[in-house]
Amino acid sequence: MPLDASYHAKSFKSVGTRPLRPDGIDKVTGRAKYGADHNMPGHLVGLILRSPHAHAKIKRIDISKAEKLAGVKAVLTAADLPDLTNGDQGMFDILDNCMARTKVFYDGHAVAAVAAVDMATAKQALKLIKVDYQVLPHVTDVDEAVKPKAPLLHEKCFTEGGESKPKNPSNVAKITEFGHGDVEKGFAEADIVIERNFKTEQTHQGYIEPHACVASVSPDGTGELWVCTQGHFVYRNHCAMLLGMDVSKLRVTSSEIGGGFGGKTHVWMEPVALALSRKANRPVKIVMTREEVFRASGPTSATSIDVKIGIRKDGTITAGKAELRYASGPYLSMWGELGAMTSFACYDLKNVKTRGYEVLVNRPKSAAYRAPSAPMAAFAVESVIDELAKRIGKDPLEVRIQNAAKQGTRSSYGPVYGPIGIGPTLEAARKHPHMKAPLGKNQGRGYACGFWFNFGGQTCTDVNVGPDGTVTLTVGTVDVGGSRASLALCVAEELGIPYDQVKCTVADTGALGHNDMTDGSRGTFSSSMAGIFAARNTIEVLKERAAKMWEIPVSDVAWENGHAKAVGSKYGNLAPLSLKEIAAAAGNTGGPVAGHAEIVADGAGVSFATHICDVEVDPETGRSRVVRYTVIQDAGKAVHPTYVEGQYQGGAAQGIGWALNEEYIYGKDGRLQNPGFLDYRIPVCSDLPMIDTQILEIPNPNHPYGVRGVGETSIVPPIAAIANAVSNAFGVRMTHVPMSPPRVLKALEAAKKTKKA
Amino acid sequence: MADIHLWGALRPAAGGASVVQVEAKTIRELFRKLEDAYPGMTPHLARGVAVSIDGRIYRDSWETMLPDGAEIYLLPRIQGG
Repeated sequence: MPLDASYHAKSFKSVGTRPLRPDGIDKVTGRAKYGADHNMPGHLVGLILRSPHAHAKIKRIDISKAEKLAGVKAVLTAADLPDLTNGDQGMFDILDNCMARTKVFYDGHAVAAVAAVDMATAKQALKLIKVDYQVLPHVTDVDEAVKPKAPLLHEKCFTEGGESKPKNPSNVAKITEFGHGDVEKGFAEADIVIERNFKTEQTHQGYIEPHACVASVSPDGTGELWVCTQGHFVYRNHCAMLLGMDVSKLRVTSSEIGGGFGGKTHVWMEPVALALSRKANRPVKIVMTREEVFRASGPTSATSIDVKIGIRKDGTITAGKAELRYASGPYLSMWGELGAMTSFACYDLKNVKTRGYEVLVNRPKSAAYRAPSAPMAAFAVESVIDELAKRIGKDPLEVRIQNAAKQGTRSSYGPVYGPIGIGPTLEAARKHPHMKAPLGKNQGRGYACGFWFNFGGQTCTDVNVGPDGTVTLTVGTVDVGGSRASLALCVAEELGIPYDQVKCTVADTGALGHNDMTDGSRGTFSSSMAGIFAARNTIEVLKERAAKMWEIPVSDVAWENGHAKAVGSKYGNLAPLSLKEIAAAAGNTGGPVAGHAEIVADGAGVSFATHICDVEVDPETGRSRVVRYTVIQDAGKAVHPTYVEGQYQGGAAQGIGWALNEEYIYGKDGRLQNPGFLDYRIPVCSDLPMIDTQILEIPNPNHPYGVRGVGETSIVPPIAAIANAVSNAFGVRMTHVPMSPPRVLKALEAAKKTKKA
Repeated sequence: MADIHLWGALRPAAGGASVVQVEAKTIRELFRKLEDAYPGMTPHLARGVAVSIDGRIYRDSWETMLPDGAEIYLLPRIQGG
């Protein structure tokens, strides 16, 4: 029982309630410490010199003048970060991204760094570094990059995974295929087949807090890093490997985090800060500017997706096919692969085939962005399904219900599904009042479904009972979305004590075993499982202590509602012992009371959502405004429903920005034209309606309380739902996001011309 | 002998086969035998492979048993945000 992860139905006292957020007061009063808020005595200012070119060979770097400048304590190039990755290509790519070695691959790629006594000196030193570049032809567009004569990023990049071994190198690093059945036969059985190309522009996660860290390496080889990250254990492991340090000698502390969304899942400039500190023998602080964040960290992929779907007049989808090209920056990743896996995952298809392409381009190294790759794939597939439904005269929602995947369906990525929640979200959408609300002038309604995998991973957690009976829950997963409250609720539930008796803290890397980072919607899923197990182990200790206090066998002690109870009529006179009473006596029953758990939390279970939205389009300006939005998603069990609603709303808000405004704009010179929030426009409050949410609770069989991850799926349907709504408002199919005013106007003009013709 | 279904990227290492047969009791044994029989899979296994057993996806629990008759799919070890 202590480590049994399976779900057992129970009634809850704490789980499912909505206590005030424990970090709220500190955050609204400015007391909370974010990455840039940490200082060390005598720390230096670190700055990074970045390439102005999209693609160039580094012929020579002269740092001599910068080194001689008064106040400069260290100047660093790739020579100070030798390759210690031992053939690990993924880590080598991260290293090369942190500091370019022989070539720069994008505008903003780091080429050198300085540490100086103040900002002015550091800036002056950067100007004194002379880099001799041989500028090379570049390519930033994903479709241009796959052409045979496109400028080549890596001369040794031969496509992996194709039908035959390629003779020539190309920018297609990898092709991956999924599917089953015979799609050509399926298309032949269809009454209508639609094939279209869809494009999505590159967007940034848009986290409000830029990357920031303070690093200190002592001459004895030990180091400390204070950093804003989604996973300080992972950052520790990365930095230790790249700098040749022992993992145990580098202690990493995570700050509060002002958003990550996948962009803070691997290191960017933290190894540089540590290397500078090691060279200068002083702590070094680096805080990226917003421009650096845009130019050199974590955007998602730009994509170009060809989709072909066939349908019969009775509404049965007979076949689906997609070719998905995802730009991954200069290094191999798995973004096209994930697009290929997720694109048709909502549907029960007899014939389906998807191919994902990892395309190298002269843009920053793409990073995960909340359900990475799924939103773009959903945009393409859900748009065509909407169009097909209209062509056969059926309600698009009913067509989705008719073709939805269910238990026993072979998923488009391979395995057969167990119990899943797409059907219930669609049924809930059908019954939702939003569906019957009248639409105004120039308004359209759209729906879309979304899928994401979710996962668990390595997790290590401590429960410590204080002498006053209050409980500290120590976790190693960074709290990006309110997990401290949710985890404390779960441990309070398991121990049978009030929520306000439990305090959850995110520990540094010296305090716990390795924890995977907070990604894949795993924070609450996996740390709550580990917390529940640690609480169960704590209860075993509490029972032993009560047995000692009563001088009875531990087998005669039970734990109920936060109390030890002696079982059996012979102990009728023994009053139950509360946790507080046992804690107070701990010094004389064996010492501190604690419980620990280290687990791999597999079995997160896949996740589905359905979104409904109404959009109003101004035909004169092309501006689109979301006037109503509803998110319906399965949470398994909402531990803290307010936070779950927040995750649903947050995903929708980011998706609205992605759909309507956000895009990286590159000039012909390969330089990013809009690296700031004035020109790269994320939605603000006035751009958004109140986003309605409906939480479904279909218990996850692989979690003691039925919990599923909820952080990512909510960003999958919005682009498609909004595109369908805009398309429905004017009868013009939108195939390119963002649907910014110029792009909408262009589509409207094109439609007018077609009508006239 | 269990049927092990391969996703597209692994198939070239198995001569284009979409399904291979392996005698294995656990995920750990499965990976070891796949490397022995199909050395071309080694880089993929190093990069990360997840195993779906009757629809439940395992990324890390290599001690997990492979029940007789179970549907076993190899999948990329996915990344999240």
